[in-house]
Parts: sequence; structure tokens; C-alpha cells
Amino acid sequence: MRYSLLSLVSHALGGNRDWKPAWRDAAPQPRYDVIVIGGGGHGLATAYYLARDYGIANVAVLERGWIGGGNVGRNTTIVRSNYLLPGNIPLYELSMQLWEGLERDINYNAMVSQRGVLNLYHSDGQRDAYARRGNAMRLHGIDAELLDREGVRRLYPFLNFDQARFPIQGGLLQRRGGTVRHDAVAWGYARAASDRGVDIVQNCAVTGFLREGDRITGVETTRGTIRAKKVAMAVAGHSSEVAAMAGLRLPIESHVLQAFVSEGLKPIIPGVITFGAGHFYISQSDKGGLVFGGDIDGYNSYAQRGNLPVVEDVCEGGMALMPAIGRARLLRSWGGIMDMSMDGSPIIDRTPLDGLYLNAGWCYGGFKATPGSGAVFAHLLAREEPHPAATALTLDRFAQGRVIDEKGQGAQPNLH
Amino acid sequence: MRIPCPYCGPRDSSEFAYLGDAAPRRPADGDAAAMATYVYLRDNPAGPMEELWYHAYGCRAWLVVRRDTRDHAVTGARLAAGREASA
Repeated sequence: MRYSLLSLVSHALGGNRDWKPAWRDAAPQPRYDVIVIGGGGHGLATAYYLARDYGIANVAVLERGWIGGGNVGRNTTIVRSNYLLPGNIPLYELSMQLWEGLERDINYNAMVSQRGVLNLYHSDGQRDAYARRGNAMRLHGIDAELLDREGVRRLYPFLNFDQARFPIQGGLLQRRGGTVRHDAVAWGYARAASDRGVDIVQNCAVTGFLREGDRITGVETTRGTIRAKKVAMAVAGHSSEVAAMAGLRLPIESHVLQAFVSEGLKPIIPGVITFGAGHFYISQSDKGGLVFGGDIDGYNSYAQRGNLPVVEDVCEGGMALMPAIGRARLLRSWGGIMDMSMDGSPIIDRTPLDGLYLNAGWCYGGFKATPGSGAVFAHLLAREEPHPAATALTLDRFAQGRVIDEKGQGAQPNLH
Repeated sequence: MRIPCPYCGPRDSSEFAYLGDAAPRRPADGDAAAMATYVYLRDNPAGPMEELWYHAYGCRAWLVVRRDTRDHAVTGARLAAGREASA
């Protein structure tokens, strides 16, 4: 059913008793054209674009838990395309453009809010680095503005401009960046894919691969054997575990990233702000909670919960940036498991096994990439060649020395 | 999370710097494929794992710590020095 003002009014007049489920909770069929492992944002988006752009709708999305229970519901909802390197910029900008048209496209309110993302700088060297990044963005046709201290003060007068240790000198602003309601992204893509015939199968964990020689021909699951011409992995956080079932080792470590939300407050932060002297990013949800996060805990983890030293570190970053935050009480915190790749950039590629495709290594940046990741992965699956926006995100780039290292940290995943 | 340093006793993990999986061993020079495997590929297990931690704010020793990545339980630590002999 298509949502519209008319459907809203008519259901309201009927007491909102006759809404139908937004998508089908399907039982697995024995055979598909494509199986997508992982019913997170990326897997659902991949299935949707396979159906929408390539007419491949005989697709199953297999989710171990439930739709919206993984990282798509565990992030800080920020979207942006303010990257530096040519291997990354086209993908994130494609994603940004898809965000801008997403709600009309899938007929679902994802609360896309282009409220602006501001990265603060605190030293001359950092200003130069941000100017370089802003220039790289503009060369790719992306909006970027370098603000000085007064420009930042006009936007956010409540920041701590009297900080002697980390003085705010200015910031790099992407006005088209902002936030998107993450749960609605999962539900919206699930509904849109389901409407086009995709089977969304929950509580269906993959336990192994069907293999004929060097070809993957399907998967074993907790709900039976399912065959497919192509199997696509979109299980960031657990990519190594699933790949190991196919005998593959990946250039990835799994790390826990915590996020936090305060009690609901009246509107105070209109956009997204990041603190450049530490690692701290904050926005305010439409419900009023301050949503913020910082660094990963820094050691391999599959625990979906972190430890107190990082809680303290994140809150110190917040206090240095805007001391007023100290009067708000923390409501909740949680952790998500990140695929930290060896260069800090994602992998969207075929694997050494025919019929098995990989979408992994999203580090901190998976949510903002959701639509773009789905679109380029669907292209790879349908056309057997990389999408023009994702030609550099190959699996063999590490062995070949063509890494895409935005932060220049080398093969040390907890530093990206 | 506390790490039982053989020299200093149980100390908070914030005193330590993390390097990662202790299993990879540097191959001989000249084998590019083996070097790429050593630098980039990891088992990344969900479960018990031996990993290298450096006691930066303590005795400055490198340790091999055994820790479960599913619940962060630390079950042992020994000095990394001389680990080739004991392995």
C-alpha cells in the first residue's frame, strides 16, 4: 500500500486499526537468483536496488536476528560526504544524492534532515588539512565551506570559544550533510524491497556455504538449505566470521564502537558538530536527546558493549567542546561491532570464489553509505563489474599497495 | 577490563596500548605475498584470542594477553619477550 496524506487521514478516521504490516516476513524458498546475507541497511538496500534498477527480484535477504536489530539501529544517524581521497569521494557522494531523493523513491518517511555537518579545527595545521579536504570535495562537485572562528560563532555561539588548550579556530561545513532516522531506513528499505518481491527472512542464520569446486552455489542456514546463483555478504561487524565459513581471511578486525544519548532536551543543537581536538561528534534527535559518540574502544571485540575508559574519554570531549552538556544526564549507551578494515575504507568486490560477493569493512562510516553501498553492490551483482563510483574499493588493493587510507595510519585498524 | 601484568599485577586496561593479534609472524624478506598476508590478513576470531598489549603507563613490557573477544574476559598474560622459545 502506498502511503499518502489520504491514506493517513482515512486510517486515522478508522481509528488506525487497519494498518497492514509494512513488509512480508517471508519463509525461505529453496532457490533464488541472489541471496543477500545480512538484513541490515546495506543488505536491504542492495536487495532493493537489485529489484529496482536491474529487474532482479528473485532475491532473499537472510537476517540472523531481526530487521533493524544490528548496526543500522546502533549508529549516530549522521550522513555526510566530506571525504578526501578520490577512491572514497564518489561513493559517499552517490550515497548523499540517494539520501536526498530517498523518501520520495521508497515512499517512506526516513526523516532525512540536511541540517549541516560542521568539523571544527583547532590549529593551523588542522585548518590546512581541512582546507585541502574541502578543496577535494569541491573538485568533485560537493559543497564545502571553510568557516573562520567568527563564522562558527555565528552558527553555534554556545560552543566553548574560550578554551585555551583546544581553541576553536574555525570549521569545515558541509551544509548538505545531516541526519537520517536510522530505524526508518531499515524499515523503509525492507518495505520497498518487499513490495518489489524480495523475500526478507528473519531468524535465519547462515551456518555454512554450499560449494562446488571454487564456486559457491548456496548457503546452509538454521532454516534449511537455500541455493542461489549468487551469494552476497553484507554482514559488516561479522564479515570475518561469515567469510571464514567459505575459507577466506579478510583484512578486517572487529571492534566495538559505543554511542550515547542524553535525556530529552529542548532544541539546542541545530546541526551536527564534530570536535577536532579529540574524537567527538554530536547532534540532537528530533525527540530531543543529544546523540553522541567518539572513538572505538580500541581492541578486538564482538561484545556489542564497551568499557568505561572510552565513556569517560567521549564525555571529556563533549565537555571540552560545549560545557553546557555537563548539565544533561546520560540516558542510554550501547555498542555496535564495526568491521575495521586495514586502511579505514570499505571493500565492495568479488571474492576469489565464484558466485560469492563481499560488501564489508565499513569502519565508523557504514550508516551514511547505506544507499550508495546498496546501489553499487547491486550493480556489481547484476553487471559483474564494479560501479563507476566504487572501482577502487577492491579486495586485492591491500596486496597491491593501493590502499585508501584517509587518516594515513597504516595497517592498524584501531587507529582509523 | 583489567590485565594481569606479570610485573605489576592486575592493572586497568587504560594503562596499556593495543597492537592486535599475537599470531602473525613476520615472514622472510622477499616474499611479497607472504608479507601482504602478514601485514593485512587476520583471523579476527569471535572467542579466545592471544593478542599483544604494551604496558605503556607501567613497566613498558610487551605482553601476550589471552582474552575472549565475545565478553572481554582476560584469562592470562605473559611476557612477549622470549615467546618464540616458549611457543
